[in-house]
Amino acid sequence: MVHDTAQSERIIEALAEGEAVQGRSLWQDARRRFFQNRAATGALICLGLVVLFTIVGPVFAQWSNEEIDWARMGDIATEGRPSIETGHYFGLDELGRDLYARTIQATRTSLIVGVIGAFVAVIIGTLYGAISGFVGGWVDNLMMRTVDILISIPYMFIIILLMVMFERSFFMLFVGIGVVSWLDMSRIVRGQTLSLKNREFVEAAKAAGVGWFKIILRHIVPNLLGIVVVYATLLVPLMILVESFISFLGLGVQEPNTSLGALISEGAGTVIYGTLWQLGYPLFFFLATIISLFFVGDGLRDALDPKDR
Amino acid sequence: MTAYIIRRLFVAVPTLVILIVVCFYLMQAAPGGPFTSERPLPPQVLANIEARYGLDQPLWKQMWDYLVGIVTRFDFGPSFAYKDRDVNDVIAQGFPVTLTYGAISFVVATLVGVSLGVAAAIRHNTWLDYIAVGATFSAQALPNFVMAPILVIVFTWQLGWLPGGGWNGGQWQYVVMPVIALSTSYMASIARITRSSMLETLNSNFIRTARAKGLPERTVIWRHAMKPTMLPVVSYLGPTFVAMITGSVVIDIYFSTGGIGRAYVDSALNRDYAVMLGVTILYGGLTVLFNLVADIAYAWLDPKIRY
Amino acid sequence: MTFKPRFLAATLLATTIAAGPILAAEMHPVTGEPLAEDQTFVYRQLDEFSSVDPQVVEDVDGSNVVRDLFEGLMNQDAEGNLVPGVATGYTLSDDKMTYTFTLRDNAKWSNGDPVVAGDFVYAWKRAVNPELASPYSWFMELMSIENAAAIIAGEMEIDALGVSAPDDRTLVVKLTKPLPYFPQMVTHATTFPVNPAVVEAFGAEWTKPENIVSNGAYVLTEHIPNERSVREKNPMYWDADNVIIERTVALVINDENTALTRYLAGELDRTEVPAGQFPRLQKDYPEEAISFPRLCNYYYTFNLSDTGPEAFKDVRVRKALALAVDRKIITENILAGGQPEAYTFTPAATAGFEVPDIEMAAMSQAERDEQARELLAEAGYGPDNPLTFDMIYNTSEAHKKIAVAMSQMWKQKLGVEATLANMEWKTFLEVRGNQDFELARGAWCGDYNEASTFLDLLTTPSGYNDGKYSNAMVDELMASAATADDTQSIYTEVEQVIAEEMPIIPIYHYAGVYMMDSDVGGWPVNNVEQNWYSKDLYKIAE
Repeated sequence: MVHDTAQSERIIEALAEGEAVQGRSLWQDARRRFFQNRAATGALICLGLVVLFTIVGPVFAQWSNEEIDWARMGDIATEGRPSIETGHYFGLDELGRDLYARTIQATRTSLIVGVIGAFVAVIIGTLYGAISGFVGGWVDNLMMRTVDILISIPYMFIIILLMVMFERSFFMLFVGIGVVSWLDMSRIVRGQTLSLKNREFVEAAKAAGVGWFKIILRHIVPNLLGIVVVYATLLVPLMILVESFISFLGLGVQEPNTSLGALISEGAGTVIYGTLWQLGYPLFFFLATIISLFFVGDGLRDALDPKDR
Repeated sequence: MTAYIIRRLFVAVPTLVILIVVCFYLMQAAPGGPFTSERPLPPQVLANIEARYGLDQPLWKQMWDYLVGIVTRFDFGPSFAYKDRDVNDVIAQGFPVTLTYGAISFVVATLVGVSLGVAAAIRHNTWLDYIAVGATFSAQALPNFVMAPILVIVFTWQLGWLPGGGWNGGQWQYVVMPVIALSTSYMASIARITRSSMLETLNSNFIRTARAKGLPERTVIWRHAMKPTMLPVVSYLGPTFVAMITGSVVIDIYFSTGGIGRAYVDSALNRDYAVMLGVTILYGGLTVLFNLVADIAYAWLDPKIRY
Repeated sequence: MTFKPRFLAATLLATTIAAGPILAAEMHPVTGEPLAEDQTFVYRQLDEFSSVDPQVVEDVDGSNVVRDLFEGLMNQDAEGNLVPGVATGYTLSDDKMTYTFTLRDNAKWSNGDPVVAGDFVYAWKRAVNPELASPYSWFMELMSIENAAAIIAGEMEIDALGVSAPDDRTLVVKLTKPLPYFPQMVTHATTFPVNPAVVEAFGAEWTKPENIVSNGAYVLTEHIPNERSVREKNPMYWDADNVIIERTVALVINDENTALTRYLAGELDRTEVPAGQFPRLQKDYPEEAISFPRLCNYYYTFNLSDTGPEAFKDVRVRKALALAVDRKIITENILAGGQPEAYTFTPAATAGFEVPDIEMAAMSQAERDEQARELLAEAGYGPDNPLTFDMIYNTSEAHKKIAVAMSQMWKQKLGVEATLANMEWKTFLEVRGNQDFELARGAWCGDYNEASTFLDLLTTPSGYNDGKYSNAMVDELMASAATADDTQSIYTEVEQVIAEEMPIIPIYHYAGVYMMDSDVGGWPVNNVEQNWYSKDLYKIAE
């Protein structure tokens, strides 16, 4: 990464300073490291702009995301081109709806979906992994064997079943997908917990008679936060990709709402008819969002875990 | 090591059995059944069909018969939707196709991905590195259902170089586009992992020592840095290989390859229980197997690990 | 409707192909068009077919293949009229309940065995055999063959079926009631013969290309599921001299846009045109984009059962919603493939059916909208009490577009809030079949070319009446139609009752919208059921 040499110098510097700089927490350090990473900072700004666009964009929209432009729907290829005059800045979709308004709404949906899915996966994965690692013994064994079995269930099987069973509730669908995406998280967290559970502060808490669940919540989980945040950031784009696949199968969010996955899937189908804007605009936002999230995730990992490279 | 492998294989059997049982019940939870059709079948006809396929039995009995059939006759049951065939036919026809283009894609993705990752790491912070990073992020984010139709438009319609679909026994012209569409995003992931792993290795003390000894850079990289670099890559390759030879419904749909990915999604949509279960077992088995292979490879690469 | 005159002419002439043998291989015997060297026809099919076993097949794609591989008692010509198949003709007894078919003596199986009446008896008994459990066994019941229902129910021996072969050339069928369209029904795949020796020898494996023996104009030579199937000319076919297409290839291409790309790249001779693309393609490829009416309707059904919403029990609400749907926008802007707007349940293309005068059809859209607003206000719905309901459809790009457009029309004109729910096919069927919906998409393609195949759906006992519409008068009228001489007046009356009560919202009637390579001759555009036979097609030299 760009910041690499600078970073190593910093670490050496920090080591030299030793305890001299007191009170500077891990998080302050991480923030400083993160913002020295040009790529990650750029990506964060880009992501901010995308989010801003979903908030401010509707102000400029002249059409709602569901309104059909009856006068122009008959000839999308010529009359549906992107144009300032008609108020369709991004052109029309195949049915004659304003792609600008739809792209905004789709970006919002995709982001929400990604965040919810990742959130659910992270919560379950962290608690499961922490409990398994902390309690140990046969409980740990049982819990981890369960994960082994669940991991061998094909992802496709789960996705298809979930979309068949939950398709009337999009929110539920993503809770469902989040629920099956926690497996990797739980393994990582368990590993970390194992190394944490014999540390002094945990021993101290145990000696003070604090309950095991409270120890997990108060002492283990906060110390896992770094890895959890990194993993969550990387999970969000994956969730968005999963959603786009489900939309490709035609079973995503219900009309008249849409998602970026649904828009690019429709747009890719109509490329052959020369309506490139139907693919281009949504794809731009899709890629911008996902790539930014990748960079931010990478940047966070570097910032929170300086010894990892 | 051998004992470890045997122990792992031994654990795999109950894992698969539990997998079958779980999936068997989960499947039944989906609304509709294999014979739900637009024209509702008269009750008597439906009863005949259910009797023929044993669907009138209680679930536990169906499941028991199913397991017995697998163990004693290696019979995974009939297909309800494609009545001329049974599950073994479906897998025997579809899996070799998927395996072929999946394995080729895997080799392509690994070779290109690792080379790209190593090149980017060696030329760290040069334009090559930036382009590689940007390209791999984009490639990873670009869904293959966007890439596939565009490949057909360009190579089949505009240029007329390649057939737009079909398999034709795996003739090379028919394999090219599926491999491109399938391998790109995995290639990108592999390149990213390789790059960051290589960077980490190059910064480690033993490489510094090697360099300090005045060894040529080429030797440092190939002799010393390559093996530790591959550690995280290998643990990624195991699940990736399984994903590539199985998760290919987009490829099967756009390129009409007749692979198992399409059959799997179809079976779920058709509620073709036996096919769905059969392919699930195949996938589950492959997952268990290749996780084991990855672990063995890992042990070989990392001398610190002892079983 | 946008008929291509050139095609019309070609098919009219093609109907008389059977008249003479081919004199010169380079020329079509009837039309005189020069024939191409390579007589291979390649077409796209959406999905893998269910089976090529005549008694088991249950889908349209499969039936297309089976019609080429096997030949039943009768065939259809390019107009959908009955022409002799294995049978040269039939006689009907005075009580109209016994049909006697005479079989031709030169019909052969692809292994050289003669096709005998016993093969039909064997096949028909097979179709009702509970052990085979054919999903189409109900078709034999629909044909009213004696004892078919009881055999399917397992109450009688299979041999009790009312079909017999007094000799090799004669097949006698006994019915339980007179059935005017019975001869039409023997063009259906379920009634095609199978070779008993082959079926017995190979069991479930007999349809594999290496085992199959068929009596049609083609034999199955290759079948790779989800990729392709190939059928080649059967030299043993009794009329093989007049079969021009040597090879028919069906490619499974799931994505319609990709199929079109491959068509444009020259890999296919025929593919479907995706909704809305017809005008554009017609402009660029005027010779190749074709459209013709088909025997299918497309509608939305109200849930009128107890579980349905209270609002839909009010006929004014139903009428208002039906009136406010601008069918012109749907047929011209969304589908744009020459589909006719629908105001009746039965398509105009149905044989012997004349579209009755429906008040709504004669109005302008502005008048309809006006009336819709009035009706809805009368029913007590307005800005302060908006009508809201859910509407469901199954996953498909075209269904989605139509549903969205309809909901927008209602919203803008009537202030009605319709919530859309797209469902995967089996879930959709389950939900609709259980009356777990408010407004649902429906469509039906005629089993045979007669109005009752549609109107029966709206009778109380119909299994497909998912809206649970029930009107004693409709039931009575349809019961009387089965035996009446003048059915038109009955159907007119039923359609008028439907227009008055509006249990369903008719949207449009189907059209076959294809890209068809201009070198394909003989496509039966006038056969509204689209029962096509490769043996009637030919490739013209370019």
